[in-house]
Amino acid sequence: MSAMHPDRITAERLAGLAPGVASIQDAPTGDGTLIEDPAIRAPLVLNDRSIHDVTEIVCGYCEKPPPGKWWLPAFCVASTAAAVGVLMILYLIVTGIGTWGLNNQVGWAWDITNFVFWIGIGHAGTLISAILCLFKQKWRTAVNRSAEAMTIFAVMCAGIFPAIHVGRIWFIWMVFPIPNYNWIWPNFRSPLLWDVFAVSTYFTVSLLFWYMGMIPDFATLRDRADRRLRRGQSARVRLQAPGPVKFAVELPILADRIRALVYGLLAVGWRFSSRHWHRYENAYLILAGISTPLVLSVHSIVSFDFATSILPGWHTTIFPPYFVAGAIFGGFAMVLLLLIPARELYPNFKDLLTLRHLENMAKILLVTGMMVGFAYAMEFFIAWYGANEYELYAFINRATGPYWWAYWTMITCNVVSPQLFWSRAMRTNPVVIWIVALLVTIGMWFERFVIIVTSLHRAFLPGEWHMFFPTWVDILIFTGSLGIFVSMFMLFMRFLPQFPMAEVKAVMPQADPHGHHARHDGGGH
Amino acid sequence: MAISDYMPFLFRPPAPRFVTESGAPVHGVLAQFDDVAKVFHAAERMRDEGFTAWDVHSPFPIHGIEEAMGQRRTILPFIVGGAALTGVSGAMLMQWFMNGFDFRFVVQGKPDFAWEPFLMVTFELGVLFSAFAALFGMLALNGLPRWNHPLLASERFLSSSDDTFFIVVEATDPKFDPLATRRLLESLGASAIELVEET
Repeated sequence: MSAMHPDRITAERLAGLAPGVASIQDAPTGDGTLIEDPAIRAPLVLNDRSIHDVTEIVCGYCEKPPPGKWWLPAFCVASTAAAVGVLMILYLIVTGIGTWGLNNQVGWAWDITNFVFWIGIGHAGTLISAILCLFKQKWRTAVNRSAEAMTIFAVMCAGIFPAIHVGRIWFIWMVFPIPNYNWIWPNFRSPLLWDVFAVSTYFTVSLLFWYMGMIPDFATLRDRADRRLRRGQSARVRLQAPGPVKFAVELPILADRIRALVYGLLAVGWRFSSRHWHRYENAYLILAGISTPLVLSVHSIVSFDFATSILPGWHTTIFPPYFVAGAIFGGFAMVLLLLIPARELYPNFKDLLTLRHLENMAKILLVTGMMVGFAYAMEFFIAWYGANEYELYAFINRATGPYWWAYWTMITCNVVSPQLFWSRAMRTNPVVIWIVALLVTIGMWFERFVIIVTSLHRAFLPGEWHMFFPTWVDILIFTGSLGIFVSMFMLFMRFLPQFPMAEVKAVMPQADPHGHHARHDGGGH
Repeated sequence: MAISDYMPFLFRPPAPRFVTESGAPVHGVLAQFDDVAKVFHAAERMRDEGFTAWDVHSPFPIHGIEEAMGQRRTILPFIVGGAALTGVSGAMLMQWFMNGFDFRFVVQGKPDFAWEPFLMVTFELGVLFSAFAALFGMLALNGLPRWNHPLLASERFLSSSDDTFFIVVEATDPKFDPLATRRLLESLGASAIELVEET
C-alpha cells in the first residue's frame, strides 16, 4: 500500500465533503431569532414580512379597535383607578398632607417613593432610544416607541408627587426662577431645585424625541386616511355601547376625515423626501447624543436629593451610579411588563417583537440587577468600613429592624429573581420574563421605600423614632398613579403607532440599496 | 426652504416654464420605483446628469442616499451648537444674577458665586435648548410645517409613505425637459411616470 501525498489526501477529502447537518442543539430554537452564530444576524422581522406588511400591521391597530373585547373593560378599570386617585389628590389638597401617614420623623414616605419609582421607570425609554441608538443596536426599533411612550407617561406620574407633597400646592410657582413676594429668587444651590430643572428638562426632551420619531408615522397614517377618503372607502364614526347593551349611534362625520386632520396636523406636512430624511436623521442622532448624558444626569440629580443630606443611609457617594443602574433596571422591567401582554393580545406583533428582543432585555435585567446588588453590598461595606456608628446602625436597622421585610423583599425581587436569567430557557420564556419583570417592579418600589423610610424612621435621637403606616389616601393616590399610567398607555396603544414604522422598515433586508434580498440577516449593512 | 414658502406676498412668482393643457403650471415629473436598489442607482445617475431641483421620496431613510444624491451635509449641528451655548451661558448668567448678584444667598458660608453648584441647572438648560433647536431647526431647514404640497395631490404619491419609492424632478430645474427627463426616468427603471401640477 503506497502512501499518498498528504496534499492529495487533503484534496480528496475536500472533494468528498458533504454539507453538515445541524444538530438539534445547534438548530435555532423558539421563533428562529435565537441564533448564536455571530456570522448570521438574527432577523428583526419574521415570517417574510414585506415593507407593506409592516405598514399594515402597525397602522391597522391604530385604525381599528384591537382584537378581542378586552380593551374597553380594561380601560374602564384603569381610568376608574385614575379618577379615584385624582379625587384623593383633591382631598389631599383641600385637607392637607396630614391625610398621609407622615409624622414628625418620617416626613417623606410614599410620596417621594412613588416619585423616584416613576421617574426611574421613565429611564428605560430614553435609554433605548438614545443610548442603544448611539451603539447602533438595531433591535431597539421594535421596542423604542412603546418604551418612549412609557417614559412620557411615567414622568407625568412622577411629576404629580413632588408637586402635591409640598402641601400648599398654590405656592409651587416658587420653584420657578421668578422672584417671590419679597423679591427673593429661588436657591440654586439646593438639589431640590436642580431636580425641578432635571425632571422638567427630561420630560420635555423625551416628549420632543418621541414626537419627532412619530412624525413620519403620523404622515403614513395621514396618507392612508387621505387615500381612503379619495376612494370613498371611509366609514362614519360609530359609537357603540360596551358589553351586552345593544346601542349604537352613527355620527354624520367620516372617521377618516378626523384622522386625516389630526394625524395630518401632527405630521406637519412630512412628505418622505430624502433631503428631509438627511436632516431628520442628523437631528435624531443629535437628540440621541444629548439625551444620553441627560438620562444619566436626571437620576443622578434625583439621588442628590438624598446624597447631599447628612442623614445616615442617604449620605453616600455611591448614590448617583446606583440610582441610574436601578432606574434602567426598573424601566426595562416595566417595558417587559407592558410589551409581553401586548405581544400576546395583538396578533402579528410577534413578527416585529421577537423572542430575541425579549432575550436581550432579559439580559439587561440580569446585568443591571447585578449592578444594583453590588450597590446594596457596597453600601453595607462602606457603612462598616467608614466606622461611623450612626451609618452602621442605619444599615443594620435596614436589614434586621422593624422594616426587615421590606429590605428582604427588595433583595429577593431585585437581586435573586433576575438570577434565573443565567439560564437560556428562562430568559427566552415570555411567562418567566413577565413574572420576573413584575417582581423587579415590586422590588424597585420597595428599594425606594427602604431608602427613604428606613433611613428616616430611626435617625439620630431614639426619642424621635417613629414607624410609618400608610393611610388609605397614600394607597389610593399610588394606585391612582398606576391607573393614570395604564390608561395613558392604553390610549397610546389604541391611537398612536406602536412601532416606528420607518425605522423598522430601514432595518429590514429589503431596505438595503445594494440588494441583499436573499440574505436574511435583517441588518442591511 | 425659502422665505417665499412662508410669505408668498413678498415675492412675485417667476413665470412657469411649462404649463399643462389647462394652463396650470407644471410642478414636475413624478417617477415611481418599486425597488430600493433601482431608486438608489437611479439617484446616482440623476446626480451625475447634473440635475439640481429633484428629490427622492422613500418610506424610510435609505442608507447612503445622501452620497447617491450628492446632497451637502446639513448645517443643523451648528444651529444646535449655537443653541447649546446659548442655554449654557444663559443658565450660568441667570444663576449668577439670581443668587450671586441680585439677592445674595448666604448658605452655609459658601461663596456667593461658584460654578460648581450651578453646574446641574446649566447642563440641563444646555440640553433643553439643544433639543428644541434640533427638532425645530430640522423642521425649519426642511421648510416644515407646510400643510399642503403639489405632490400630495397625486394619489399615487401617497404610497411613498408605505412601500414605494419616487423620484421627483421639478420643472424649475434648468435641466428639466418634459420629454428627455421622462425618457431618462423610464430608462432608469421607473414603473410609472406622472405629471404633477402646481396646486
